[in-house]
Amino acid sequence: MSEKLYSYTALFNTPDEIIHAAKVITEKGYTKFDVNTPYPVHGMDNAMKLPPSKLGFVTLFAGLSGIILALGTMGWMMGIDYPNVIGGKPFFPLPAFIPITFEITVLLATLTTVSTLLFFFFKLPNNKHPLHDTNYIKNVSSDKYGICIEAIDPIFNEVQVKDLLNSLHAFVVEPVYFDKEELEYKPKITEPKFVALLVGVAIFVSISTYLHMNKLMYVTPFNWMEKQDKSIAQSPSKYFKNGSSMLKPVERSVARGFIPYQFKDKPDDAGKFLVNPLIPDNDNLALGKNKFNIYCSPCHGYLAEGDSRLRGQFPNPPSLHSEKVRNWSDGRIYHVIVEGQNVMPSYAYQLSREERWAVINYIRVLQRSLNAKESDL
Amino acid sequence: MFVTSIGLGSLFLIAIEYVSGAVWSTPFRRIAEILASLLLVVPILAIPIYFNIHEIYHWAHLDVVANDEILKHKSPYLNQTFFTIRIVAYFVIWILFYFLITRNSLKQDVTKDQTLTKKNIKLSAFFIPLFAITVTFSAIDWMMSLEPHWFSTIYGVYYFAGTFLSSLACITFLIVYFHEKGMFVKGIVTDHYYSFGALLYGFINFWAYIAFSQYMLIWYANLPEETIWFLNRWEGSWLIFSIVFVFIHFIIPFFALVSQPSKTNGKRLKFMSIWILVAHFMDLYFLVMPTFSPNGVSLGWIELGFFLLAFGIVFLVFSVRAKSVNLIPIGDPKLKRGIDFRL
Repeated sequence: MSEKLYSYTALFNTPDEIIHAAKVITEKGYTKFDVNTPYPVHGMDNAMKLPPSKLGFVTLFAGLSGIILALGTMGWMMGIDYPNVIGGKPFFPLPAFIPITFEITVLLATLTTVSTLLFFFFKLPNNKHPLHDTNYIKNVSSDKYGICIEAIDPIFNEVQVKDLLNSLHAFVVEPVYFDKEELEYKPKITEPKFVALLVGVAIFVSISTYLHMNKLMYVTPFNWMEKQDKSIAQSPSKYFKNGSSMLKPVERSVARGFIPYQFKDKPDDAGKFLVNPLIPDNDNLALGKNKFNIYCSPCHGYLAEGDSRLRGQFPNPPSLHSEKVRNWSDGRIYHVIVEGQNVMPSYAYQLSREERWAVINYIRVLQRSLNAKESDL
Repeated sequence: MFVTSIGLGSLFLIAIEYVSGAVWSTPFRRIAEILASLLLVVPILAIPIYFNIHEIYHWAHLDVVANDEILKHKSPYLNQTFFTIRIVAYFVIWILFYFLITRNSLKQDVTKDQTLTKKNIKLSAFFIPLFAITVTFSAIDWMMSLEPHWFSTIYGVYYFAGTFLSSLACITFLIVYFHEKGMFVKGIVTDHYYSFGALLYGFINFWAYIAFSQYMLIWYANLPEETIWFLNRWEGSWLIFSIVFVFIHFIIPFFALVSQPSKTNGKRLKFMSIWILVAHFMDLYFLVMPTFSPNGVSLGWIELGFFLLAFGIVFLVFSVRAKSVNLIPIGDPKLKRGIDFRL
């Protein structure tokens, strides 16, 4: 504790007393004083004759800048810099901007107001105050009402103030002194060293960001695929002499694994030469049943009786239990699956080779179920 | 609808004051009660509408409905019998509540019985949900069904914002006027004015918020059956009307009431109250009239006459009613605290 006086403080028991005290002190002409209460006391602004807060103007200014900022950026980007049609709306779709404008406005207004309050009016980085750690502030933070007249008030006079506060029936009147440390404390924020450090950091960050983004990121391994051999649509390529980037395959060439079907348009040969490579067993019958039910049953019916589930929206196919089909060889049926027949299209793309043969095996099972041989019994 | 707005808004103001236990507004409650008595006049005003139902609502024509797929599906709701039942129900609910709550309040003037306040609180709590439903449906029935193909789910809230705003403006005007003439209770200070100003300001914003919500959703979705309603109001002289209307109902009052001094300035408050009442009249005009004169705003003696008539009814009913009762609820236990209210 130094000897430099900060203020005189007085404590009261009731809100009425504090309002009365505030009124009297205002009337005596004191200006540098403050009232501390555990909660906002109604009518205090009037008693202290406080002018309306200037904070509202900060809010208004921030809000208006929010409107301009939001509308400006959105309008510039969507309407001018990169015009975009979204959902058939105009380039400057004002109604769509309004909610965002509203939010930016509110956000900017509140953030600015609060930070102005903290940093400008409360001088935030400075967390010291002579009233800290005094009995006075402890009392007014719980259940007492206090008033504090500062020594810098132009009409401050120690004896008079003491008498005045006593005459208001304050139950404690005591002086508050500046903390010695605080008096000697100088904010380091304006020291040349600190400023130099800030400037240094700023320069370092800018230079290193620039080097990173413009130089380091373009060193050899990171070429960002800017340079590569590729053909660009609608523009000539250097790869072939005729400027095209693609060539037609040589006639009659066959892609690996895509040998064409040998018996195209030759059903009889197919019946004669194609042999079912699969010996019926549980696995390939299950596969055949599955594929039959998926691809064949919509027209041929689950039991291959030609009872279409399509309810006649499509010509009904013949039953597979006919004498003709029963006498066909597996290869002949295979041909129908690959090539199609009448309105039946080719199923070469839906069914792999193995699946086709599996389906044939399953068809045989269905045929057997209606026309069993004696040996089956 | 204008008269209904003020009456309904006042009724809601009374209910909300009871339920929230607000103290500052107690001295003004009687004014709201008197304004709520406008609801007694409304059914009489509605009689001509009822006899002209076929000219006003085209869903009331059975042959039109029969040839219209959408209206046919809506006909279980939009038919004359059910419409009448609903209207009677709204008025019964409103007037019943008005009757009960003012009876208790007036009785309190004489008996000073404090339990009556408790009774009214319960009554109000019961009434508020009913109010929400009836106001929504009455707005839909009376105004939205003018164009029965069109629909908007936020319509009820939109109308509610208007009712609350207009009754608030009406009360504010009367309070400030009476107080300046020295006819009202002494002890009303700028803190009371400020509360009215703040509420007015808040509900101007609320109205704008709701109105814009309705507009933006329809604008965004861009469905023909919804946008037609706004397109009708976006053509010919209605375009100018709509744009001016946005300024009158939102932007100008917003800036006029934004600062603290303006909320406590009696003259400014009086002026803005009248302004808002006019704006609400325009609002209703905007909701209703494009249906009947799609080609442009018609502003003749009929419109002006209706406007003056509506104002006249409000002030006539008020002055008749105000002569027979106390202007402040002298028996209310919260009255003293209400007058001593300071921000």
